[in-house]
Amino acid sequence: MSTKSHLVEQLKGGLDAPICLTWELTYACNLECVHCLSSSGRRDPRELTTDEAKAVLDELHDLQVFYINIGGGEPMIRRDFFELLEYSIGRGIGVKFSTNGAFVDADKARRLAAMDYLDIQISLDGTDAVTNDAVRGEGSYDTAIRAMQHLRDAGFGEFKISVVVTRHNVDQLDEFKALADSFGAQLRITRLRPSGRGADSWHDLHPTNIQQRQIYEWLLAHGDNVLTGDSFFHLNALGEEPLPGLNMCGAGRVVCLIDPIGDVYACPFVIHDEFKAGSVRDDGGFSHIWKHSELFTELREPQSAGACASCGSYDACQGGCMAAKFFVGIPLDGPDPECVGGHGEAAILAASATERPRPMMDHSKPVRVSTPERVPVTLGRR
Amino acid sequence: MSLLDSHLELDSQVALRPEPFGALAYHYGNRKLIFLKHPDVVRVVRELDGVTRLADVLRRCEIDERRWPSFESALSSLTESEMLHEHQVAPG
Repeated sequence: MSTKSHLVEQLKGGLDAPICLTWELTYACNLECVHCLSSSGRRDPRELTTDEAKAVLDELHDLQVFYINIGGGEPMIRRDFFELLEYSIGRGIGVKFSTNGAFVDADKARRLAAMDYLDIQISLDGTDAVTNDAVRGEGSYDTAIRAMQHLRDAGFGEFKISVVVTRHNVDQLDEFKALADSFGAQLRITRLRPSGRGADSWHDLHPTNIQQRQIYEWLLAHGDNVLTGDSFFHLNALGEEPLPGLNMCGAGRVVCLIDPIGDVYACPFVIHDEFKAGSVRDDGGFSHIWKHSELFTELREPQSAGACASCGSYDACQGGCMAAKFFVGIPLDGPDPECVGGHGEAAILAASATERPRPMMDHSKPVRVSTPERVPVTLGRR
Repeated sequence: MSLLDSHLELDSQVALRPEPFGALAYHYGNRKLIFLKHPDVVRVVRELDGVTRLADVLRRCEIDERRWPSFESALSSLTESEMLHEHQVAPG
């Protein structure tokens, strides 16, 4: 057929190196977002040292990885954040990093604006504090907006505003776009997955069936100017016209994740032993994992359509997202939990009888126990 | 001017990475990523030197003339994304 589908077939067989590599630099975070895909909060004592991180960057340079997506946790918490940023860019590896903005002050914004081959993505999940802070925590809306103002004042240029679409902010898509435009920024919207702490919040936050059509239609109208990480390809079964993008799952084929302790997973949304391909600390390092790991080899083989084989929409939706299925307990060859043909709900119900896999590597901060019966004590000062 | 008469060269901010299907071209300046979907296209792109006319490059790479239109269209999309440009002749 078209050269695009020919290309997709090639990509499914895997590339010599990833196109889209996400590297979560730390599990430490000042926020505790309820949908955090990596259950971040506290730093892990095993996190890669500066030297280990630089060795990984050397390897990525040799593999000709053009750019990496840095995240966390909050990556700017790492003391060597700027050192690694400069090292990466110096090795010819462009960086796009995601931040909640808490550490982007006027000084840092000027420093960032002076760097080449650098992209910044500020996370925001509501166009007002009430909507955003319900998911990302109190004060996080103001923090993000302040960071955007600093970047604008420093003349950074076009940064990104990154939104996870939920049932509470889906009606704000036009407002998000207007906000991005007002900052000269680019809007990026991605799909909520039941990964990390999202395993517990997904059932209350994911868009309803009606809202899924709303997202699809909004993307058809605006998709060419909005980034999506190709994350909404399951919506392609809603109509004849495919959404812009490659329409395939890139896990282990063109995408992968390096976590803060150097473990390599098939994608950022599957932090679980079942999708762990190895560690950059192993002999052979990252290159060996990318080229030879059993898991990645398997993911590059033709996948079975399984329960979806008889559905006329399979070519359009490709069975949806592996991570979304996995953490709600649906078999990987079953329908996506948000299948627009309506097969998801029954599959979730069938799955709840069995045990759902729990996300691993939980670095959430300890739950604060509230003690309402205690009378606040005021310390006297002399 | 026909693209065949132009003296194309690869932008200095573009890197080519070989892949089983051909190559990936990445522009560090505008961050565009383009798939070169045939090894012959990669071969031609690597031969562009900013001095030789495209038609002569195609001939040098032994590309059959019947295939030239598809090369013209592939190279013109690379020009649109600023991966390739006409060689800038220094004044004087």
